[in-house]
Amino acid sequence: MIRAFARRSWGFRRSWQAYDQHRLMVSIAGALPDGVDRSSDAFTRNSAAAQQLIYDLQSHVRKVLGGGGAEALKRNRSRNKLLPRERIDRMIDPGSSFLELSQLAGYDLYEESLPSGGIITGIGPVHGRLCMFVANDPTVKGGTYYPITVKKHLRAQEIAAQCCLPCVYLVDSGGANLPRQAEVFPDRDNFGRIFYNQAKMSADGIPQIALVLGSCTAGGAYIPAMADESVIVKGNGTIFLAGPPLVKAATGETVSAEDLGGASLHCKVSGVSDHFADDELHGLEIGRNIVKNMYMAGKGINSSASDFSDYKEPLYDAKELRSIAPTDQKQPFDIRSVIARIVDGSEFDEFKKLYGTTLVTGFARIFGQPVGIIGNNGILFTESALKGSHFIELCAQRNIPLIFLQNITGFMVGSRSEASGIAKAGAKMVMAVSCAKVPKITVIVGGSFGAGNYGMCGRAYSPNFLFMWPTAKISVMGGNQAAGVLAQIERSNKKRQGIEWSSEEEEEFKGRVVEAYEKEASPYYSTARLWDDGIIDPADTRKVLGFCLSAAIKNTPEDTKFGVFRM
Amino acid sequence: MVLMALIIQRKFSIGARNPSYRAHLARCLSSTAERNIEKILVANRGEIACRIMRTARRLGIRTVGVYSDADQESLHVRSADEAVRIGPPPARESYLKASAIVEAALRTGAQAIHPGYGFLSESADFAQLCQNEGLTFIGPPASAIRDMGDKSASKRIMNAAGVPLVPGYHGDEQGIDYLKEEAEKIGYPILIKPTHGGGGKPNVVKEFRSHLGEAAVSAAKAVGYHNAGTVEFIMDTTSGKFYFMEMNTRLQVEHPVTEMIVGQDLVEWQIRVANGEPLPLTQSEIPLKGHAFEARIYAENVPRGFLPAAGTLHHYHPVSVSPTVRVETGVAEGDTVSMHYDPMIAKLVVWGKDRNAALVKLKNCLLNFQVAGLPTNINFLQRLADHWAFAKGLVETHFIEKFKNDLFLISPDEVAKAHSAAKLSAALVAACICDREHITSKELIPGGDRLLSLWYTNPPFRMHHSAKRKMELEWDKELSDNSLEVFKLVITYQSEGSYLIETEEGHSCCWEIKVVHLGNNEFRVAVDGRHTLVTMALYSKDSLRHMHIWHDEHHHHYRQTIRLERGNDDISQHKSSFEVTSHPKGSVLAPMAGLVVKVLVENGASVEEGQPVLVLEAMKMEHVVKSPRAGYVDGLQVAVGQQVYDTSVLFMIKKDLGLT
Repeated sequence: MIRAFARRSWGFRRSWQAYDQHRLMVSIAGALPDGVDRSSDAFTRNSAAAQQLIYDLQSHVRKVLGGGGAEALKRNRSRNKLLPRERIDRMIDPGSSFLELSQLAGYDLYEESLPSGGIITGIGPVHGRLCMFVANDPTVKGGTYYPITVKKHLRAQEIAAQCCLPCVYLVDSGGANLPRQAEVFPDRDNFGRIFYNQAKMSADGIPQIALVLGSCTAGGAYIPAMADESVIVKGNGTIFLAGPPLVKAATGETVSAEDLGGASLHCKVSGVSDHFADDELHGLEIGRNIVKNMYMAGKGINSSASDFSDYKEPLYDAKELRSIAPTDQKQPFDIRSVIARIVDGSEFDEFKKLYGTTLVTGFARIFGQPVGIIGNNGILFTESALKGSHFIELCAQRNIPLIFLQNITGFMVGSRSEASGIAKAGAKMVMAVSCAKVPKITVIVGGSFGAGNYGMCGRAYSPNFLFMWPTAKISVMGGNQAAGVLAQIERSNKKRQGIEWSSEEEEEFKGRVVEAYEKEASPYYSTARLWDDGIIDPADTRKVLGFCLSAAIKNTPEDTKFGVFRM
Repeated sequence: MVLMALIIQRKFSIGARNPSYRAHLARCLSSTAERNIEKILVANRGEIACRIMRTARRLGIRTVGVYSDADQESLHVRSADEAVRIGPPPARESYLKASAIVEAALRTGAQAIHPGYGFLSESADFAQLCQNEGLTFIGPPASAIRDMGDKSASKRIMNAAGVPLVPGYHGDEQGIDYLKEEAEKIGYPILIKPTHGGGGKPNVVKEFRSHLGEAAVSAAKAVGYHNAGTVEFIMDTTSGKFYFMEMNTRLQVEHPVTEMIVGQDLVEWQIRVANGEPLPLTQSEIPLKGHAFEARIYAENVPRGFLPAAGTLHHYHPVSVSPTVRVETGVAEGDTVSMHYDPMIAKLVVWGKDRNAALVKLKNCLLNFQVAGLPTNINFLQRLADHWAFAKGLVETHFIEKFKNDLFLISPDEVAKAHSAAKLSAALVAACICDREHITSKELIPGGDRLLSLWYTNPPFRMHHSAKRKMELEWDKELSDNSLEVFKLVITYQSEGSYLIETEEGHSCCWEIKVVHLGNNEFRVAVDGRHTLVTMALYSKDSLRHMHIWHDEHHHHYRQTIRLERGNDDISQHKSSFEVTSHPKGSVLAPMAGLVVKVLVENGASVEEGQPVLVLEAMKMEHVVKSPRAGYVDGLQVAVGQQVYDTSVLFMIKKDLGLT
């Protein structure tokens, strides 16, 4: 038993030593070539298109940064309140970074605009400890919870739970959005799940901190009440199950909001809150102090990460990432030119380079952190899927985080492919992805279609983070293919009913399908519905991956147990 | 015009000494007839004590410091080989207590005592006491101090020795009518000087030097003087005649000026003379080279009439010393300037090949002399050195009075200039703080986690936008009215790591600032392509964060309120028992009923936070009532022996004096 244990731990270290030696030997040969032909027409075309894409993205973001509009901002300011992003800025370490998630949630989702889904979420450091922030935006519909608001809140909690990040709730919300109560209140992943998550995380030793900076009504009252520690701001912060109007209606009692559930009451009498803040800035300072005094054994001292020597920046300009992926999904590009602009020193040690070449796998480092990278270089064949499964197993064994770079039209179809057992090979990859207990981060850089999305760790496979490039497209299959399939079915239906279908009618039918697919495959459609954690500027990819890795890496590796692989 | 002649005389008659039994014994035990000084007790504090010890150390002589309770951690104590406590803070119970000092010298086996200047340096009794105890007093004989200390006696002796005296009356008869009669004889205008007490300004006129020297030597000989001293003469500028006024029988405060010009160490000479050695050089062997200035840096409140100030030197970076720049200091960074003694921080002495060259150097050194934590006269010294009349050498005792409008009043033009300079400095402070935070935040990271340090790179990451922040800096207009102006700055982190800084009120001001941290408090800053060195000092005091910045010819001071220290909970629960809102702001109330047993300060006194103001006795216990903050004591009406009641107002602490 002891021997077995020793072998395991030494085995881990030895494999690393071997890996390092290997790296030393190939360190020069290991650097990827540039891979971008700047003089090509495609590059010029892509650059122009990319510029437009980035411009569109930034203007969408500029709009949501304005919150609920000038009037609401003014009202907020007059109450001596900061905006949610300003609150976070004041709470994270001065001058530190903030990884905002799902910035464009709720985009074009409801008739009324709901900037950022009415809630700001993201990760930032407080006294050197990464925290998940969940901040209501009181300027957007009074901070009430729309269905997408709930979804975004729950997603933040999911990430926090997965990455063991303390949660800081900056509460300023009128509770559930009453007109939409049916979509907000009753289901499993609805409003009630917020408190369930708080309880479960608290039980797992993940601190839950609430800062009551505004109202906290009805269900919202449970956010501070369920928190491990809470702060309330004099004057602005109120916590009650029912506000003064409802109390008046229910019992006839006339009472002011401050007396009913203000800071004094909750800190001195009810004990619902623990810390009394004179004003918002004071409250945020107290919040910082709470995080400072937190103690979580082991977390924060990442001994494995601290050993790594200095890292090198990639050899090539990260901004060129904007122009590498074409807006036209049909144009292929070498995923290695993306990898070359993401990893330390552009050094990438490929695994099984000559086998199953439509899937690129290999080891690299990002800001010194070893990672395994899996990227698509075409359609997945049986060999590619087997290679992918093998590589995922390897990384799970060595506790190396996995990064998936998706640009996949799907698994190969056809009789030859089916006969080679591609369904079996794809299943292996899905099994490996599902079970590997290492941090997983997915970036969709191009297409994400069909079962390719599954094998490449799509949303359903719970990667720790999933981001989109503006060039990404996601759907069960391509619009044209879908239109072809649907048109065939439609024609046979019509034939059965004896209806004549003109080719014009068929083309129009196909056009409608293609149009719908195009719309729904757009990254904005995806990000509005929280199918991802945000659309990123391709030039920020390396940085965002670094942030995600630093949040996702755990000190104590978990053992992976795979299910039954169909052989 | 007042002229001074510094002289140093060797000891002539060793045999005339009157050794006590103890000294006699010491001499018998030593192999030579006269034993050299090997250990000196320095009966002083501050810069002069440090300065004497420095020379002693160079000569291989061990040093003994003495200290009062207020000076336990002072630089002069740290500089000495050993140090002895001599009493409580008040000078008369410590540094003026001759018996305690002599006792300390005997206890530590010091053979000699150097009195420095001030305190006991011109006490004939002290010199006598040393002599009686067999200790060498590094200074003139007691009899000479006594003779020179009495102005009418000294004039009588000088008259007898043929030293020229101002036509005047030096007699004992002091009746008004008699004096009037004497005045008629001399001819008006006349100068009346009290028979004790000093005065005058140092200056030397070249052509009179040797005459003066001769007269000074005659004066010294007449009283049997040895060791260093300064003879003051007054000159009639119309006739060119000079007359004896008085003699300072000690090392002059400004002796480094002499040292810089003659290239000699006067303290070394003093020690050698005390040892009975001949003077190392004769007058003709001493060259006079160039010109030197001494500027005394004081902790004082210039706008409030040069009121002495006290406090902590949170940041103290004097200019770096060189063969032409000396800094005589008795304090180091982190030390306090207490209100018990002279609030001098340092003497800055500069040398140049002529007066103009020295003045250029003086101005430059004053610009780079950095003190933060308490008010100083540095800015005033700069204005003084910058004044055209000072540059021309038109210096006399009424200089400040004569040019007070130039020196103290700020023209509207200057106010505008100062305002825009302060705005730019505020922007620089903001940029330097932002830059420093990247470093300090990075240092917070547990275990040097590399990935975590990614969160602290400059510029900080924001998804699809630039990080911005607001900073409010309160500008302390120390120069003019001490009022505060708040600069509201908006800082945008630029992609290349620079900072775009705008003022919130209008977008008229906008700077793009790049910062390179050079280590400690030093930064290299580029504003619109112009590079400058910046020093910044940060410290916290009274729930305020203070920021000082020095760059080019500017020094600015800003503050920010620290929020967390406002009390972590409801203020009403945590109100200081000494403060209740129904009383005027700053009122300090009796914590309980009791009897006043001590009142430690007077109305108008400047006090520091936590400084004891008075002592109450109640329940058989003494309760010290302290000042809740730094400021000035006002409305102190209670007296010793008075009964006070619980929560009765004892006194108030005002931020400003006279603004009541």
